[in-house]
Amino acid sequence: MTTAINIRPVPADVPKLPLLEISNLAVGYRGSDGFQRVVHEVCLLVRPGEVVALVGESGSGKTTTAQAVIGLLAENGRVEAGAVRLNGTDIAGWSQRQLDTIRGSRISLIPQDPTSSLNPVKTIGAQVAEVLQIHRQGSRAEIDARVIELLTRVGLSQPELRAKQYPHELSGGMRQRVLIAIAIALRPALIIADEPTSALDVTVQKRILDLIDELRREYGTAVLLVTHDLGVAADRANHIVVLKGGRIQEQGPTAEVLAFPRSEYTRKLLADAPSLGKARAVPRIRSPLISGSDDAIAVESLVQDFSIGGNREVFRAVDGVSFTVKRGTTHAIVGESGSGKTTTARSIVGFQKPTSGRILVDGIDVTILRGENLRQFRKTIQLVYQNPFASLDPRQTIFQIVEEPLLNFDPLPREDRAKKVHAILERVGLPQSVLARKPRALSGGQRQRVAIARALVLDPQVLVLDEAVSALDVTVQAQILALLDELQQALGLTYLFISHDLAVVRQISDTVSVLHNGRQVDSGPVEDVFLRPGSSYTRELISAIPGQRGIGQH
Amino acid sequence: MSRYVIGRIGQAALVLWAAFTVSFILLQALPGDAILIKFLNPELGLGPEQIADIRASYAADSPLWMQYLHTVANFLTGRFGYSIHAGVPVGDLILANLPPTLWLATLGFLLSVVVAVILAALSALSPFSWLRSFIQSIPSLFISTPVFWLGILLIQVFSFQLKLIPVINPGPWQALILPVLTLAVPISAPLAQILMRNIDQVLTEPFVAVARAKGASHRWVLWKHVAKNAVLPTLTIAGILFGELLAGAVVTEAVFGLNGLGGLTQRSVNDQDIAVLQAIVVFSAAAFVLINLTVDLLYPVFDPRLRARQGALA
Repeated sequence: MTTAINIRPVPADVPKLPLLEISNLAVGYRGSDGFQRVVHEVCLLVRPGEVVALVGESGSGKTTTAQAVIGLLAENGRVEAGAVRLNGTDIAGWSQRQLDTIRGSRISLIPQDPTSSLNPVKTIGAQVAEVLQIHRQGSRAEIDARVIELLTRVGLSQPELRAKQYPHELSGGMRQRVLIAIAIALRPALIIADEPTSALDVTVQKRILDLIDELRREYGTAVLLVTHDLGVAADRANHIVVLKGGRIQEQGPTAEVLAFPRSEYTRKLLADAPSLGKARAVPRIRSPLISGSDDAIAVESLVQDFSIGGNREVFRAVDGVSFTVKRGTTHAIVGESGSGKTTTARSIVGFQKPTSGRILVDGIDVTILRGENLRQFRKTIQLVYQNPFASLDPRQTIFQIVEEPLLNFDPLPREDRAKKVHAILERVGLPQSVLARKPRALSGGQRQRVAIARALVLDPQVLVLDEAVSALDVTVQAQILALLDELQQALGLTYLFISHDLAVVRQISDTVSVLHNGRQVDSGPVEDVFLRPGSSYTRELISAIPGQRGIGQH
Repeated sequence: MSRYVIGRIGQAALVLWAAFTVSFILLQALPGDAILIKFLNPELGLGPEQIADIRASYAADSPLWMQYLHTVANFLTGRFGYSIHAGVPVGDLILANLPPTLWLATLGFLLSVVVAVILAALSALSPFSWLRSFIQSIPSLFISTPVFWLGILLIQVFSFQLKLIPVINPGPWQALILPVLTLAVPISAPLAQILMRNIDQVLTEPFVAVARAKGASHRWVLWKHVAKNAVLPTLTIAGILFGELLAGAVVTEAVFGLNGLGGLTQRSVNDQDIAVLQAIVVFSAAAFVLINLTVDLLYPVFDPRLRARQGALA
C-alpha cells in the first residue's frame, strides 16, 4: 500500500540545503480588541524544486503564513517571533525596501483571484513588463521581446495581441496564465501560490496546475502551495503541512499524511473532502413519504436566449435542455461558468420566461404563470444561494430573516409565526439562541443553515440549491450536505442541485445533467454518468477532479 | 456617433428642459413682480392705467401657459428677453457679468483640485499612521467652513492686518486671490476626501499586492497603479461639484463685492427680475449639464473597461 501511493519519486537531491526555512513563526494582527495572534510556532522547510502544500480551512492561518514569507501582511499584521530564512538569511525582520529587492526576483507570488489581481486600466503586456522594469532587466526592446516569450511560454495563444489587451478582455484562466508569466519572469527560486486555482473552473484548474508543475520542473523552482483543497494538495505536493487555528496539526511527505494521518483533524479533513472520498456506494434510501413515481420537475427542450448588443444579436444561454426529477430525489445540474446552469435554474423558479420549451413544477406550467399566480407558485419552490454572507440582510435578526417569507403569504397570527420559526430552526440544527442575533455574529455554516431555514419555512415541495455549499469549508460542507440529506428523508423534498463540483454532486444526487455551453451533453443516473460518461466533455470534467492521483487508485 | 453618446446627449437635453420648467414655475410662484417693484415707486408718479399699459406691453397678464410657451420658443431661438430692471437685453447682461465669474470658477476649481491632490498624496505617502489620520481629518475641517465666514476672515487677515492685498482698487489679479481661495477651500474638501478614500480602497485591491510581489516600492505602486484607478471615480464627483462652485460663487462675489454672475443673481433676486433669473438658471444648468456630459464622454478615454461596454452598446 505504501508503495502504491508513493506517486512521485522523492527528489534525488533531498539532502540539499533548505531554500526556505520557517522556524517558530508567530504572526498577529492588531484589531479593535487588541493584538491577536493568528499564527503560532509554525515550522516548515521547503527544499529547492519541491512543492510544499499548506492545507487548512478558512481562518487556519495558511494565507497569513504565506504572506509573512513574502512580507505582504496586511498593514495591521506583524511578525511577532520566529525566523523566515531564505537560503539561510533571515528575512523576517527586513524592511519593505530590502524586501523589494528580492520580491519578484527571488520570491514571487501567484495570487488567488485572477479577476482582481491585474490592474484593470493597464495592458497585459505592461503588467508583465513591469516586473522586468522594476528589476532593470534590459532595454525596452529586450523587455518587450521577453514579454511575448513569457506569454507564449504560459500557453497563451496570439501573445502579441494579448500583450495589447486589457485584463477584462481575457478569461479567468487566461488571466491566471498572465499572473503565472509574471511570477516566473525572473526565474525565482520560490513561488508562493496562494489558492492559485480556487476561483477557476475545474478543467481550467487542472490545466493551470499542470502548467505550474511543468514550469516548476523546467526551472527548478520550489512552490509553497496554499490551498483549502486536500485533493489539490494530494495531487501536487511532495510535502503537506496541515494547519488549524494557526497551529500545525501535522506535516510530512504527502503519501504518508494521506495514508496514515496522525492527527484527528487531518482524519476528519480526509473524510470530509468530497474529492477524496469515494462515491456513495450504498443506494440512497428514498424517503418513506414518497409514494408513486410522479415527477416534481419536468423540463422539456428548454431554450433561453438573451439579446446582446441592442437586440440585434442573440446569445443562446440554454439550448434544448430536458430532464425530469422524481419527487423526493435530487437532480444535479453540473457545468462550468457560462454553461447555462444558473440560467436553467432561474427559468425553473420563474424568474424569467424561457424563449421556448416547457417547465412543469409540481404539475404547474411555470412558463405561463403571471402576476399573483406566479407569486403563489413561489411557495412551492424556494432558492438557497451560494454565498451565505451576501444572501442574508445584515441588518435583520435571524428571526426576522426566517419569518419574512411567512409575512408575504397567508397572514398567520404572530404566535403561530413564532412557533413555525422556532420549529424550522430546530429542524436545521440551530440553537434558539441565534434568533436575536444578526448574520455577522454567525459562522458561514450557520448562515447557510439560516438560508435553508428561510427557504423551508414556507413548506416548499422543491428546493433549488444554487452552489449552496461551494463557499463553505469542507468540514462545514459535509455537515450541510448531511443536513440536506436528512431534511430530504424527513420532509420528502425534491432538490435541484446546481454545482460546478462533480465530487459533491456524486455524493448528493440521484440523477444529473451535465451542461456545456448551454447544451446538455450527458444525463441520467449519477453513477451511470460517472462510470460511463457519454461525452468527451464529461470525461474531461471527471478526470479534472483533484485528488485522484493519490487515493483514487486503491 | 454611438448609441452611448446619443443617449447621454438626450439625457442632458432632458435635464435642461426640466431645469427650465421647474425654475419657470418657481419664479412665477414668487409673490409680487418686477414690474410692480419698479413702476409702483411713488417717485415715478405713474397712475394705475399707465402701469396697466406697461404690464400689457410685457404681456405680464396673459395666461401662464402662454407665457411659458413664449419663453420656451424665445430661449430656443436664443432670445432671452429684456431685464425689466435694467432695461437691457438679458443676454448682454449675462455676457458682461460672465468673465469675472468664469475666472473665479475656473481658478477656484483648479486650486481645489491642486489642494485635494496634495492632501491625498501627503496622506498616501505619510510614513506614520498618526500623521495620516491627521491629514485625513483636514478635509472635514474645510467642509464645515462657511464661505462667507472664510471670506471675511481672509479679508481681515490679509487686507487689514497684513496689508498684503489692498481692499480699495486692487489689481485685477490681486482682486481674485482671496475670492479664489475662499471658493476653493470648501470645494477641495469633498474632492480630497473621495480621493483619499479611493486611494485607501485601491491599496487593498489584490492587484496592488501583486505589484508589491513584483518588487515594486510603495511610491511606484501609488504612481503606476493606484493613481489612475483612484482618480477615475473622482471625475464624476468633480462634475457634480461644479454645481457647488456656482453656488459658492454667488456668496463669494457678494462678500468680496465682485461684479459677476453671482452679483447679478443677487441683484436680480432683490429686484425680482424674473427674465434675468430665468436666463441665469438655464445658463447655469446648461454649464452644469455640459460639464457632466464632458465627464461622461471622457470616461471611456481613461477606462478601457467602458470602451468595451460602449462598443457593445454601439
